[in-house]
Amino acid sequence: MLSSPLWWLRVTAMVLKVFFPSCCSSADSGILIGRWISEQNSAVILAVVHFPFIPVQVKQYLGEVQRVTKVSVSVLGSWSNSKQEKEESLSEFLEDLGTIFCHEPWIQISKEGDSKFWSCSILQKHSKNPQEEEIILVYYDQRKVMLSHLHPPLDTAGQGAEDASKLSAIFDTVARSQVLFMTDRYDEGPIKLTHWQSDGVEASIIVELLKQASVPASLLASNLSLHSHVFCRVLKFWPLSFLWSKLSTCEQLGHRLQHLQVISSNKKAQNQNQLMRKANIFVSLLIDVALGILLMSWLYRKNRIGHLADTLIPVADHVAEELQDLLQWLMGAPAGLKMNRALDQVLGRFFLYHIHLWISYIHLLSPFIEMILWYVGLSACLGLTVALCILSDIIALLTFHIYFLQTSIASVSYFLFLFIGTLLFTILLFLLPTTALYYLVFTLLRLLVVIVQGLIHLLVDLIDSLPLYSLILRLCRSYRLAGESLSPAPALSSQLLPFSGVRTKMCHPPWPGDSRERKPDPRDEA
Amino acid sequence: MAEERRFLSASGVPIALRRRQHSASCRELAVRGPRLQLRSLSAATSAVWLAAYGLFALCENSLVLSAAIFITLIGLIVYLHFVKIDQESLLVIGSLGIQVTSAYASGKESTTFIEMGQVKDVVINEAIHMQKVIYYLCILLQDPEDPQGVSEVVPLFQSSKPRLDCLIEVYKSCQEILEQRKTAPQSSEIK
Repeated sequence: MLSSPLWWLRVTAMVLKVFFPSCCSSADSGILIGRWISEQNSAVILAVVHFPFIPVQVKQYLGEVQRVTKVSVSVLGSWSNSKQEKEESLSEFLEDLGTIFCHEPWIQISKEGDSKFWSCSILQKHSKNPQEEEIILVYYDQRKVMLSHLHPPLDTAGQGAEDASKLSAIFDTVARSQVLFMTDRYDEGPIKLTHWQSDGVEASIIVELLKQASVPASLLASNLSLHSHVFCRVLKFWPLSFLWSKLSTCEQLGHRLQHLQVISSNKKAQNQNQLMRKANIFVSLLIDVALGILLMSWLYRKNRIGHLADTLIPVADHVAEELQDLLQWLMGAPAGLKMNRALDQVLGRFFLYHIHLWISYIHLLSPFIEMILWYVGLSACLGLTVALCILSDIIALLTFHIYFLQTSIASVSYFLFLFIGTLLFTILLFLLPTTALYYLVFTLLRLLVVIVQGLIHLLVDLIDSLPLYSLILRLCRSYRLAGESLSPAPALSSQLLPFSGVRTKMCHPPWPGDSRERKPDPRDEA
Repeated sequence: MAEERRFLSASGVPIALRRRQHSASCRELAVRGPRLQLRSLSAATSAVWLAAYGLFALCENSLVLSAAIFITLIGLIVYLHFVKIDQESLLVIGSLGIQVTSAYASGKESTTFIEMGQVKDVVINEAIHMQKVIYYLCILLQDPEDPQGVSEVVPLFQSSKPRLDCLIEVYKSCQEILEQRKTAPQSSEIK
């Protein structure tokens, strides 16, 4: 911190930045109100107050706005939009306003008739050292800047506010001055403003209705999650917990219940991230349940459940027959390889017996299949993801025998190796190809089943974790997501789509006491 | 004032650099690539349609022809809207920031704005691109924790890829403005 006299602050070529809303470019003459940020030497103009007005009432109004929004709004300058030729009396009147609302520096922007050129000048009465000040006029879209959310970098632990983006002050100013935009041209009052809502305040009926409906809905959801919490507690005991962990359906149900708890928690979201997360979970649940009900309505029509149950048993029979053929092939001379006959026969008969057991079990269940499927299909109303998980579990149960074959041969060969291998290593070496072949065949079959299950789980995870709300918001109103809400990059460089068109003009402030305006520079481009 | 000069890109295609000085601390530099040529468009279309006719002669299904027409149309729209960049421009405003705009052939514009507080420097870097070594201009972003460090490198003019002579012109213009912020300390640092 340098301790220096005040006037050293005005060093050469200090640039003054004026942020002007694009909605005011066609407004009638008046005075500009907004916020002056002295650290960045910039003025953010929020609205234009039209003639006639009483200065005392304007100051009162600004005081109230300042109290409500905590934004230091003040009168910054004058705006003149004369349809005819420039009137000298008007310009002198506007300069005299600078004495009533004293503000340092006093900005004067004017636009003449149909000309494309704007002229902008500043009056500095108290500058001891008048410099050549350059003015940059930034034209901004008020609605988009107001609705944009700038997300700060995540690691702001040690930095504090000094390193925060300077432009965030501009966005902050406009966003917090929402109460200023509530009065429009049709309101009766002493102050007539022009801003982006001045043609009539915009609002959405659907958004308001949803806000009203969200309170009882969240109460209901919190009740539901409370009851399910108790249910979850019961299921933690063994052996139910073992079954719980094996079946992916139960895991998915637990996951969804957790989501429900997140949404129905009564405390409001702390920051933007939490709000987006809640919204994403909510939309994802909604779409899930909608798709599930759609699936259910399709499944229960035209007795599809019955057809499904009818085809299930023949398919299981067919698979078992194929497996038996495969085992017969392995027991012979598979692919021309010569196996150890004794071990081959033993293993082959062992597995044939197990398949026979399995087929009898399936035939035993066959009368009940349809009923089971019917009740299980009802659970699809809990969501498409639950239905997919149930499908995956059914596949797992039906191909349970392949799983069993593969693990049993793995364990058999392991024990065989360990026990006899210490005694008869050579014999075991020659037995290895046989067991390896059986293991290979069954592992390949199991791999097929695992791939199918994996694809189903991938789909379920996709539905669970896709941030649909953010995606839809991005497609429909892209300015809301300006910033880093979707990626965790630390920098704050953001898409500044609301800022369009920058005009700069080289301006000289008039000497103290002289308040004549300079002519517009022919270099100035609109 | 605006001036336009012709250069060559890294692949030998003629490009034009237009420099406009709006004021002492504001410059706009735009690199314009060549427009979509009629001969390349007709070559691509004829290739697709010849292939479609060949398939039609093989399988006698007229669906192939309509599919070829759809593919051509949609491919052209996608190319013009998402791939073909007509003009890339750099707007440097001292004390505000740097704005990088890409204008596509369909009229779409994509903009990125980087605040001046985050810009460490603008440099010319070398890179190995396929089998060539090319030069490219990039903006170095300041690392908030480490004053000497660089947190990100933002490459510029990636689709027009100008050669070193054009890059030097752009580099000089940018450095003139970036130097101003070093000689004129901001009022936020002096309290």
